[in-house]
Amino acid sequence: MVERTLRFRDDEPVSDPAVTVDSFADQSNASAVRLEPGDDARALIPYLDRIGLVEVNFPAFTDGRGYSAARILREAGYAGELRAVGDVLVDQLSAMRRCGFDSFAPDHPFSSDDAQAALARWPEFYQAAADDRTPIWAKRHA
Amino acid sequence: MYKYDQYDQAMVDTRVAEFRDQVNRRLEGHITEDQFKPLRLQNGLYLQLHAYMLRVAVPYGTLSSAQMHMLADIADKYDRGYGHFTTRQNIQYNWIRLEDAPDILADLATVEMHAIQTSGNCIRNISSDQYAGAAADEVIDPRPYAELLRQWSSFHPEFLALPRKFKIAVIASDTDRAAMKLHDIGIRMVRNDAGEIGTQFYVGGGMGRTPMIAPLIRDFVPLDQFVTYSEACLRVYNRHGRRDNKYKARIKILVHELGAEEYKRQVEEEFAHLQGQGIEPPLAELERIKACFQDPAFEAGAPDEVDASDPDFVLWTDRNCHPHKQPGYISATISLKPVGGIPGDASADQMRLMADLAKEYSFDECRVTHAQNIVLPHVRKADLYTLWRKLDEAGLGTPNLDRIGDIIACPGLDYCSLANARSIPVAQKISERFAAQEKQDALGELKLKISGCINACGHHHAGHIGILGVDRKGVENYQLLLGGCEGEDTSLGKITGPGFDEDGIVDAVEKAADVYLREKQEGERFLDTYRRIGIDPFKEALYG
Repeated sequence: MVERTLRFRDDEPVSDPAVTVDSFADQSNASAVRLEPGDDARALIPYLDRIGLVEVNFPAFTDGRGYSAARILREAGYAGELRAVGDVLVDQLSAMRRCGFDSFAPDHPFSSDDAQAALARWPEFYQAAADDRTPIWAKRHA
Repeated sequence: MYKYDQYDQAMVDTRVAEFRDQVNRRLEGHITEDQFKPLRLQNGLYLQLHAYMLRVAVPYGTLSSAQMHMLADIADKYDRGYGHFTTRQNIQYNWIRLEDAPDILADLATVEMHAIQTSGNCIRNISSDQYAGAAADEVIDPRPYAELLRQWSSFHPEFLALPRKFKIAVIASDTDRAAMKLHDIGIRMVRNDAGEIGTQFYVGGGMGRTPMIAPLIRDFVPLDQFVTYSEACLRVYNRHGRRDNKYKARIKILVHELGAEEYKRQVEEEFAHLQGQGIEPPLAELERIKACFQDPAFEAGAPDEVDASDPDFVLWTDRNCHPHKQPGYISATISLKPVGGIPGDASADQMRLMADLAKEYSFDECRVTHAQNIVLPHVRKADLYTLWRKLDEAGLGTPNLDRIGDIIACPGLDYCSLANARSIPVAQKISERFAAQEKQDALGELKLKISGCINACGHHHAGHIGILGVDRKGVENYQLLLGGCEGEDTSLGKITGPGFDEDGIVDAVEKAADVYLREKQEGERFLDTYRRIGIDPFKEALYG
């Protein structure tokens, strides 16, 4: 069974359409926003209280700006849904989860078997990131 | 040397399993070549002209004897019995089958090695000084810091799809033997006035089609902040580096276009923010790593004299050995540049011999240099003659370190799908032209570097004499550059004028060498004379 959106949250998804960063500032009732690779994620920081969904678009899987955008939002305390959309491949799933993404709407849906295998693959990580995994250095000096 | 613990081993083992799965999905057609390409590249697997090429990481150039033996076994088992040591202290195999790649990675993992991030748009293998931990002039052994960065950069989730590749070098002496300022980040370990060790950050250097010397961005980052500082440097680049043009995507272009001051300002701002994010490993982790790099058990009071009765041995000692911090010891370079040979190539048998000699005479350790040679870092002077005899018998005793025969060359059009011209035959012809010992003696230190295309893998910008192969209307053509230097007085070579054909470039090198011999003053190297008299006398000899 292939689902279009893979989601790692229990709350009700935001149903509003995501608006652009530019129009978001003017629409005080908007709760979903879409970040393009060139957008500054920090522009959203003043509005995090009213945002329930940030879609980060990956027009090409080789463009990694969205990874930084995701971490910046999580570092700023954003707790809403962070969705990777566009050219998102199953082999990127693990790194994206580490950067704070908790939902995925790829152009070409991945099979749930592949997704589970990708997420179960890595038992350890060297770095601290935006997820709650304990880095190896912390385990070594626990 | 660094020793893996259960975590490090789990990381490389997991990578082997992951890559095996990715190769299987590719072979079964579940993913396209376009999707597979970045995956295989982040495992060092390129599709070249004739076959796949696998680049294996040699972190900061340090290898144990067992690791060198494994490299030899892989050469025999999966390649054609040889390997090619690279300018970033790695090794490449040129005749690899895709189906074998996962098994090779599995073999490497048994000796704590891998091919993680040896290509692709990510943070590459961290390089360092080949005499690290041995050199008389170093502030501290730079390798523990390089190892901490190796772990930090391995599978860093934010930096796996950078605008372009990213190379870091770490050194710890005033003399730069790693071309530090020609890296995306060059880090120099320093001691400040208070006696504390810290790191200097040079950011935005590089070669390629737009060579740049990295400006100093921060003159002292404390040891308990330098991973965070690196992360800030990378984040600014990942967010703002150009992605519209592959040839303008390296960090050097970002730093150049923003200006070093503005880049620094953005890094400092990001750094201030990231310091609150808990990403810096504790100093205890650095101490744990440092414990792996303690000095070997040097013999106190080892004799400091070298037997000088054999002139060939004395020549090799003068040329190929470097002072050691421990009295009675010396670092010896094994030249992989025999006359007429392929620079950086070693056969499996040669690798085994070097591995055995490292075990017997150098505390089980050897190093790969960015000039594509091998170093035995810790040799007792009392053993040096015996060692040299064994090397010389095996054809590994060429006394030409930093001489005109010690050529850096990329694989060129013989192997590489990016190349415009062949590099290897040019290197071979030059090495043969200058084979006579008296000629090499007269020329003294002269670093010659050849690239087969503008990507500059052969470091032609940084050669005292550089050669760049280009394609001119379907014919290989070679441009001559003079005055480059990768050392602490880094400079970029200048093109002399119109290019030459394959034989013409060899003649041109000889003409340039003759100008030096005619003009040199007492104590001057080729580079010094060039810097004093400028390019015009050379142009006149070449084109006049």
